[in-house]
Amino acid sequence: MKIDRRSFLSLGVGAAAGTALTPLPWKITDDLSIWTQMWPWTPVPEDGEVTYVNSISTLCPSGCGVSVRKVDDRAIKIEGMPGFPGSDGKACINCMTGLQLLYGPTAVKSPMKRVGERGEGKWKAISWDEAIAEVAQELNKLRKTTPQGLASITGKADGTVAKLFERFLTAFGSPNAMHTASYLDNYALTLKLMHGLDARPGFDLENADFVLSFGSGLIDGWGASARMFKAKSQWKENKAKVVQAEPRLSNTAAKADHWLPVKPGSEGLLALAMAHTIIKESLYNKAFVEKHSFGFDDFKGDDGKIQKGFKTLVLDNFSPSDVSDAVGIDASTIVALAKSFAGAKHPLALCGRGKGITPGSLHDYLAVHALNALVGNLNQKGGVWAMTDVDYVNWPAPKLDETAQKGLATPRIDGAGKEYPLAKSLLTRLPGVINSGGDSPVRALLVSGANPCYTLPDAAAARKALGAIPFIVSFTSHMDETAEMADIILPNHCHLSRYEDVPAPAGMNKPMIGLATPVVAPKYDSKNVGDSILLIAKAMGGTIAESFSWDSYEACLTETLGDKWKVLTASNFVIDEAFQPDGWDNAFHTPSKKFTFLSGACKFDGDKIAGNIEGSESKYPLVLIPMDSMRLAAGPLGNTPHMTKTVSDTVLLGKDSFVEINPKTGGKLGLEDGVKATLATPKGSVTVRVHFSNGMMPGVLAMARGLGHSGIDEYLAGKGANVNELIGPMEDPISGLDAAWGIRAKLTIA
Amino acid sequence: MSTLEEKAKGVSDGGGFALLFFIVGLVASLILGWVIFPKLLYSQKRQPFDFNHQLHSELVDEGCESCHFFREDGSYAGVPKLAQCAGCHEDVQGETEDEAIFVNDYVVPGREVPWLVYSRQPDCVFFSHAAHVKAGGMDCKTCHGDVGQSTTLKVYEENRITGYSRDIWGKNIAGLKKHTWDRMKMDDCSECHVKLGVKQTSVQTGKGACFVCHK
Repeated sequence: MKIDRRSFLSLGVGAAAGTALTPLPWKITDDLSIWTQMWPWTPVPEDGEVTYVNSISTLCPSGCGVSVRKVDDRAIKIEGMPGFPGSDGKACINCMTGLQLLYGPTAVKSPMKRVGERGEGKWKAISWDEAIAEVAQELNKLRKTTPQGLASITGKADGTVAKLFERFLTAFGSPNAMHTASYLDNYALTLKLMHGLDARPGFDLENADFVLSFGSGLIDGWGASARMFKAKSQWKENKAKVVQAEPRLSNTAAKADHWLPVKPGSEGLLALAMAHTIIKESLYNKAFVEKHSFGFDDFKGDDGKIQKGFKTLVLDNFSPSDVSDAVGIDASTIVALAKSFAGAKHPLALCGRGKGITPGSLHDYLAVHALNALVGNLNQKGGVWAMTDVDYVNWPAPKLDETAQKGLATPRIDGAGKEYPLAKSLLTRLPGVINSGGDSPVRALLVSGANPCYTLPDAAAARKALGAIPFIVSFTSHMDETAEMADIILPNHCHLSRYEDVPAPAGMNKPMIGLATPVVAPKYDSKNVGDSILLIAKAMGGTIAESFSWDSYEACLTETLGDKWKVLTASNFVIDEAFQPDGWDNAFHTPSKKFTFLSGACKFDGDKIAGNIEGSESKYPLVLIPMDSMRLAAGPLGNTPHMTKTVSDTVLLGKDSFVEINPKTGGKLGLEDGVKATLATPKGSVTVRVHFSNGMMPGVLAMARGLGHSGIDEYLAGKGANVNELIGPMEDPISGLDAAWGIRAKLTIA
Repeated sequence: MSTLEEKAKGVSDGGGFALLFFIVGLVASLILGWVIFPKLLYSQKRQPFDFNHQLHSELVDEGCESCHFFREDGSYAGVPKLAQCAGCHEDVQGETEDEAIFVNDYVVPGREVPWLVYSRQPDCVFFSHAAHVKAGGMDCKTCHGDVGQSTTLKVYEENRITGYSRDIWGKNIAGLKKHTWDRMKMDDCSECHVKLGVKQTSVQTGKGACFVCHK
């Protein structure tokens, strides 16, 4: 018998015939078709019970209400909370992608202790008991010699968390509680000086019919974002006029009815020039100015001498033709603008550049507020309302022992209250003070809800300053640049896993308190920052422990919010919808009981107030300004990966940040659209790419905030450059806050 | 014989073996396809522990719906979660080893039981219990068989290629079935839809529209 090729072939044919007579080919095909659709890595949410849980987002000052769809225990989608004051069911991209913070890999999973050198990134996980004990031990050691060497930095100035830190420092014996400043600090100072009130600004946006924005990013993140977007749509519907005065064609400017390309830094001059026209042509609200204001006309000062009033100073120094060159707008345009602004029924002027991250010059705010006063919109429909609901945290005074009293008597390290008597906190001055030579006056630092190593201007100086502080504790929920410099990390719960009171959203013109409530149980071994402080206080014993009698942060919240707690846990907010602001007779608590145009404290004597910026024009012929966008979170917790995906290729490409430049300016420098260039300022230099845009004023460069992170996560780290490294702070002569609106720069081909 | 004649004889002699090999191939592949293939295709898995449906149906008031119910929003709860069973089984109720495993390994540490679900369809399939049970008035048995009377959970035979249960294609490898619950592929659902006159809404094919079940 020969087993040859023919046998083999006939075996094959038989096998094929037989297989065709079995179900095997059809079954395998069917199975393969299912297999090709069921890749195991395709995420499919579990089936389960669907619930909606509400909370408030604490990711940014907007404080928008969110509604989270859950399937069993897992949060699946974040949307806006319908019915929430202001945002009413809307949420921005930061809130909506918040799931990536909840479930992403960068949350700090347990207390961490640094091993190795600072910044090396080597950590050891330790237990809560160990961590608290070590912090208490270090602080007790410090307390024996220099209690005032303890400082704290919080994201906000209000709310129970900020107040707990303040209380801790007070009982400890240090006056150095600081917070991240913003435009709201300037507004607070403005209301203090001009209304005599401790208040926050409320804006009756929806009822305004002429909105004049001095560089505010109305749809670029200023105020409470979701509310602003809704207001913008409403203005369009109501045919309200929106005028945007800013050097760059931002989204806000593009969507405004009228864009005034003012030279950067000249917004305050524009306001005063408008005031000039309004005063000269007698277009101001006489009822208000004549009966309820002080300092408009010349007045007798405390020393018996006649002081020039607002009217005299403005008319003498700020005519539209006087400022036209500095502002870059024709005098006739300014006059026309002033007339139509004053002629509107409900005019409203707003300020705070971009998102309001950099406080800016106090005089700018005083000028803009004076404009609002001239047209009589204060505490009126469509105007600016002074909201005095700022302090609902009323605790009995902390217990002070001798050490505490001695420490509290020392002056603040940041100069607030002393060099700058009006200010409460001047965080931007801290690096300068620490780096000015000798040992750091700050010996221990607690950081919560803030990321100064990234957000402070002249970020390199900030890092150097923190490097000189012997002991740093971070209470962050996610790894960030400041946490990277810490010695101990006591991780906070993620933003949707914790209770936290949320004072009214920025600009809310009704008294309101919010409460963020947990949506999902904390995933990791974290603790609410409020609980961490309580544990540290109790571990330190003595009067410090006595000052913190609450068993838990939840107990502290329950007590603080009193009869509001029940409603807050059920609906997440309480608001007085029927609120009406005080009438002019009762609204002002200044010595004169009237709105004060000018006071000694604001030191205004007709100086041309367009701020100077750092750098010599000869060496740095261009001007660099930062720009804000909804797609880039510029606060402590940077972008989520999804947000970064939406950033345009003309802002970030690969790892390169872009600077926007006018094509003519770029051409003169020998640059082409998209090429790499070296951007240098007195504070540093970085390689960027160039984006030609006709929306940029010639001679001005703009660079986006929010990029150039080193910490946080691989989706954000190393992408682009941090504009805060390039721009340094400039102390406002009155407030001490950072008034820098930019810096001089030069751009050369890379 | 000449060389050519020898060769020709060799060829015609070889013919018998060709037939033999053909038959061998045929029979071998038939056995492979009908017997060995089904055995290899499915892996035998056991549930985390055994469960006695009959015992429990005698103890509840509303039959299947006592534990397999509709939620308020109309979605179907499917296999009960730990919380439901723990309602009675916080402590060991009986004497079986299976219940002991349940209480000790799942109730006490608060772990959900990783049941293997026989009726699970692929992700591409959208199925609404409300449409069939509430609107269609169907009985659970029609699609699931008389599970309520079973005293144990049968072995979960998992298709090694797709990861789904053998119950979808059906026990019979040829796809032949005796009862409606023996098989639940698309054509089986469709068979019932046609028989009961469920509106065949596709204009193009005259059959059920694709998007009704594949969303």
